[in-house]
Amino acid sequence: MRYVFKKCGTMLLTLIVVSLCLFIAFWLISGDPATHILGTGATPERLQALREELGLNAPLFVRYFRWLKGFLTGDLGTSYVYSLPVRDLLASKIPVTFFLAVFSFVLVCLIGIPLGLYTGRHAGGRADKIIMVCNQVIMSIPPFFSGILISWVFGMILHLFAPGGYVPFSKSAPAFFSYMIFPAIAIALPRAAMTAKLLRGSILEEAGKDYTRTAYSRGNTVNGVLFHHVFKNAFLPVLTFLGMSLANMLAGSLVVERVFNIPGMSNTLLTSIGNRDYPVVLAAVMWIAFVIIVINLAVDLLYRVLDPRTAQE
Amino acid sequence: MDRKEEVILEVNHLTIEFHDHDTPERVVDDVNFVLHKQEILGIVGESGSGKSMSALAIAGLLKRHALSLSGEILFDGTDLLTCDRERLRSYQGDEISMIFQEPMTSLNPLQRIGHQMEECLRIHHKEMTKKERYDRAIRTMTAVGLDDAEKLYRMYPHELSGGMRQRVMIGAATIARPKILIADEPTTALDVTIQAQIIALLRKVNVKRETAILFISHDLSLVRQLCHKVIVMQKGRIVESGITEEVFEHPEQPYTQALIEAIPKVEL
Ligand SMILES: Nc1ncnc2c1ncn2[C@@H]1O[C@H](COP(=O)(O)OP(=O)(O)OP(=O)(O)O)[C@@H](O)[C@H]1O
Ligand SMILES: [Mg+2]
Repeated sequence: MRYVFKKCGTMLLTLIVVSLCLFIAFWLISGDPATHILGTGATPERLQALREELGLNAPLFVRYFRWLKGFLTGDLGTSYVYSLPVRDLLASKIPVTFFLAVFSFVLVCLIGIPLGLYTGRHAGGRADKIIMVCNQVIMSIPPFFSGILISWVFGMILHLFAPGGYVPFSKSAPAFFSYMIFPAIAIALPRAAMTAKLLRGSILEEAGKDYTRTAYSRGNTVNGVLFHHVFKNAFLPVLTFLGMSLANMLAGSLVVERVFNIPGMSNTLLTSIGNRDYPVVLAAVMWIAFVIIVINLAVDLLYRVLDPRTAQE
Repeated sequence: MDRKEEVILEVNHLTIEFHDHDTPERVVDDVNFVLHKQEILGIVGESGSGKSMSALAIAGLLKRHALSLSGEILFDGTDLLTCDRERLRSYQGDEISMIFQEPMTSLNPLQRIGHQMEECLRIHHKEMTKKERYDRAIRTMTAVGLDDAEKLYRMYPHELSGGMRQRVMIGAATIARPKILIADEPTTALDVTIQAQIIALLRKVNVKRETAILFISHDLSLVRQLCHKVIVMQKGRIVESGITEEVFEHPEQPYTQALIEAIPKVEL
């Protein structure tokens, strides 16, 4: 438990360092948001007034501490462009991205792990060869293309959903779910393929180890060896990849959100960067950093639960 | 030696060939021997002489499709080379057990010692309750010289020394009271004092449990201490065999003489 507290402390510190870096970076690259908002034709007085209003005239570190104080108390500032609290702006986006990520992740596990087990179990067989070739193909398709392909096949040809016709959860839950299936597939497929490939390789490696031979010498069946001995060992390296995938998906899949017209974090981030809407950008990037750090911590903890060798300090 | 001369394992014309190269490679060539009840039979020979291959064949651990096996290995009236998988599995761990050279890697790193100790019981004695299995595991661990068995039961392999792990391997292999224990260089990876303890333990298992042991080793002085009979292998063939003392006193083959002369003259 002390370990968890220590890790949480490190996590907070990391987030603060990340935010500081971002702040400095924005300050370095920043064009003037006021000019951007009012256009180049604005009078100097109006620009000055707006800068004052946005708090851009204070020195950098003052602005940073103002922001940090707000951040720690849950106030993420106000969007330059929409004049709305950033928190309210993102409150509707994060759940969408979150849902899409979790949905995709479940698909990755449900497809990738059984396929990895099967191909590992029957390595060298005909089904294994066919699956591995398909895997290779799926992994090499860029997501925008698979997104378009899925839209086309399931939307235009099979009419299972209306491409681009995103329905918010609040309007109709069933319509929302049936729409989200397809972007989730687009996100999940390449990662499921990768998971299967990794798990297969890992199973084959573990199958050559001494403890596997011991397991056979005790009268285990092939499946007994696979499920009681090899699987857990083989799963450990895959866990890292799954964690990374989940973090990536939670950060948002830009291409898929664009192709399927989903109002998630990535779309918002991209728009805000275009608008120089720094409070929103900062909050979105902090979300990404937060997600990555939390998932890393979770993976770490899982390793300690699964592998007694890492639990020793 | 007043053992009942009851044969429990009979190996006839055992031949093993690899076919993964252009020319088939014969690594075990027409090997014949018998193992009697409660006997310790040593197999010696230089590296690559086919000792492990023979042992793995008897333990049913060679992949049948990857190489060609001929001859017969008779246990309990059944030919282990040709019987169906299920029959073979019913013997593995219950009647015929095996321990290996590397105690460091032969245990599953993610399973508790107790769980691995009990595996043969879970597979072959489904009638036993959890409590009975636990009791048997604790008793077996104590019997193989693992003190504080209750605590050890909950530990993981990486927390144990090499010698302790080999004791765990022996305990796990003999928990179901097998008739045959195959030990393929069980002490090679251990240092000398631990080696002597493991040898003493094997002797104890042999006497108390009436388990016959097939003891494979490079170390002729160990074989001389432990084994009732000995087989000398060279390039996949048996070149000499007999009562241990006789073979050591009067080796007939120059190969055997050379092996014996190579023993360092240090008493353990
Ligand atoms: N996959 C394989 N393909 C071809 N030959 C092999 C293969 N595996 C083992 N061999 C050969 O089989 C022969 C017998 O090996 P075995 O392991 O039985 O020897 P050993 O007597 O146990 O030796 P050691 O004392 O080193 O353990 C060796 O010459 C080895 O090179
Ligand atoms: Mg060997």
